[in-house]
Amino acid sequence: MNYRLNYLEELEAEAVFVLRETYAQFQHPCILFSGGKDSIVLTHLAAKAFAPGPIPFDLLHIDTGHNFPETLAFRDELTSRLKVNLRVGKVADSISRRTAQEERGPNANRNRAQSITLLECMESFVFDAAIGGGRRDEEKARAKERFFSHRDAFGQWDPKNQGPELWHLLNGRKHEGEHFRVFPISNWTELDVWEYILKEGIALPSLYFAHDRTCVIRKNSILAQSPFLVPHETDEIQDLKVRFRTIGDMTISGAMESNALTVEEIILELKEMNQSERGNRADDYRSESSMEDRKKEGYF
Amino acid sequence: MKERKDILRFTTAGSVDDGKSTLIGRLLYDSHQIPQDQIELVQQISQRKGLDTLDLSLFTDGLKDERAQGITIDVAYRYFATEKRKFIIADTPGHLQYTRNMVTGASTANAAIILIDARKGVLEQTRRHSFIASLLQIQHLIVCVNKMDLVNYNQDHFDQIVASFLDFSAKLDIVDVQFIPISALMGDHVVHRSENMPWYQGATLLHTLEHVSVANEVNQIDFRFPVQHPIRIDHGSVQDYRAYAGKVESGIVRVGDEIQVLPGKHVSKVKAIKGMNGDLEEAFAPQSISLELTDELDVSRGDVLVKPNNQPLELRQFSAMLCWMSTESYVPGRKYILRHTTKEVKTLIKSILYVYDVQTLKRDESSLVLNANDLARVELHVAAPIFVDSYRKNKATGSFILIDEQSNETVAAGMIS
Repeated sequence: MNYRLNYLEELEAEAVFVLRETYAQFQHPCILFSGGKDSIVLTHLAAKAFAPGPIPFDLLHIDTGHNFPETLAFRDELTSRLKVNLRVGKVADSISRRTAQEERGPNANRNRAQSITLLECMESFVFDAAIGGGRRDEEKARAKERFFSHRDAFGQWDPKNQGPELWHLLNGRKHEGEHFRVFPISNWTELDVWEYILKEGIALPSLYFAHDRTCVIRKNSILAQSPFLVPHETDEIQDLKVRFRTIGDMTISGAMESNALTVEEIILELKEMNQSERGNRADDYRSESSMEDRKKEGYF
Repeated sequence: MKERKDILRFTTAGSVDDGKSTLIGRLLYDSHQIPQDQIELVQQISQRKGLDTLDLSLFTDGLKDERAQGITIDVAYRYFATEKRKFIIADTPGHLQYTRNMVTGASTANAAIILIDARKGVLEQTRRHSFIASLLQIQHLIVCVNKMDLVNYNQDHFDQIVASFLDFSAKLDIVDVQFIPISALMGDHVVHRSENMPWYQGATLLHTLEHVSVANEVNQIDFRFPVQHPIRIDHGSVQDYRAYAGKVESGIVRVGDEIQVLPGKHVSKVKAIKGMNGDLEEAFAPQSISLELTDELDVSRGDVLVKPNNQPLELRQFSAMLCWMSTESYVPGRKYILRHTTKEVKTLIKSILYVYDVQTLKRDESSLVLNANDLARVELHVAAPIFVDSYRKNKATGSFILIDEQSNETVAAGMIS
């Protein structure tokens, strides 16, 4: 017997440890569920961490209203199969309460407004920890995230004043009204996530695999044509075979041309391709530090 | 099963001046780990700065404030993988005031890269970094003598630095030291072998990282299982299920093994082990499992399961090495929460035995204060016994943090010796 774990087993053991610490240290945690692969993997890990019992967390979906129909169908099927409680926070409700504002301008989206809806949900459902699928390899501003990441009473992140995290002693103590974001798959890369999906046979929304779609070509991005997308003069409409690399709000999730129909083919494609995961997300490229600025305000 | 690709966690200590960010950038760039769009972004910024080559350090310098200041102010984690290994880099700043970040990065590392500027040789900060690495019991030190291009790739120069490093490191507690002459800027001996130093017969940095042995680092002798939380299910298809969730911190446990629950004298047997893919016959570190016992015992979070014939030390007062992490200085007489594995107890620092001067590494026995970045040996009392091993024997059960009850801040990291 070889008493060593391979890298996927070690990452899994670490993520399960963090999920169990979250359960033990907080009163009412939720899993931030977007319908994207990272939150699906997170939910899968939670199911394993607490087996044979149910997942002891609610799923929270922050709904921008601009959904792929496939994502909603997948979400509803998964929550009923795992018998977890689904909570939905609608950005439209925040806008009608006037706590959030609809963005204007040619690239308007509901990305920033999402942070407001999330914080409102944390308060109204009395969640004290939100478990997210954020990974440190995604973006430079995320490279310094902790497993247990403190948020003040306004939901803000202070990157210069984060508590140190040593060994695997996680400190989830907080004051009334504050909460934590928890990132159990911090140490995973995009490729690790795919390798794990393959190993575990995890089901994903069909959007992740190559399919025919009418797309809008805008600058370097391929976006799904939808009623939510405000047309630009320079847009080009094309029928393409594409798949999505990240899935979120329909107006900003960038597609890529691909023929990959299976997880194995996606892994092969990723190994050959040389483009970063969020490279075609319309929201990250507004400025060199836009992710960091949004995170400080309470973004995912 | 595919080949056993494992994980190596390493830390890099050094300052911007040593070319640390450039080294990591070089490692990632030459091993083709940087996506094309990021390369283009860095190309644009490099041009804007008036450079004709890529500024490799831009691949790693993360936060806005740091980019403005040109220094690294916090631990940042980077990832890359080769066919052999997945690597997790804890990139920590090297400045004097950031000892605490180095300690943080080193706490999870299997190996440490120490960077030396070939023009400057072994400096005070080299000694400090190596000292911290030995204090945190990092098994492998990889000393990279950087900027060899600026000393004409001269072998004598390199040999002198190696000799002076060995001279002081003999006093440290380090298992394995390797020296590599490199130029991060030019790429010599980082990923590719260099034509410029035919006198060097050793491995490149990447090759060294791929082959460092981590197999003997997990303690496989002393079974320690701190309970994260009990699992009790008694409804639907699962009737009367009681188990304890946790991570095996060290040692091996098998179904049928006799187990003792600490604190206390209760003994039971392992009835079943649930792993991530169903029932297991045995489990080992660092697996996350649930353990079922044959008897119904009162076991809660913070308790530790061990074998009756292999027990940790039960301590109420002990001395430990502390690194003070907080910008708020230590307040004499103040009670803190000590967190050890999954257990929390109140604690009081009875006395400060000595504080290291991190510049000279001399002991100051007269100091009565602990400020951020201080390393000190202290005497602690805890309100309830904790079950520990020495840090040298077992990192997981020999380490702890101190939390300020009022601010909830992690104020110190400790190691029991």
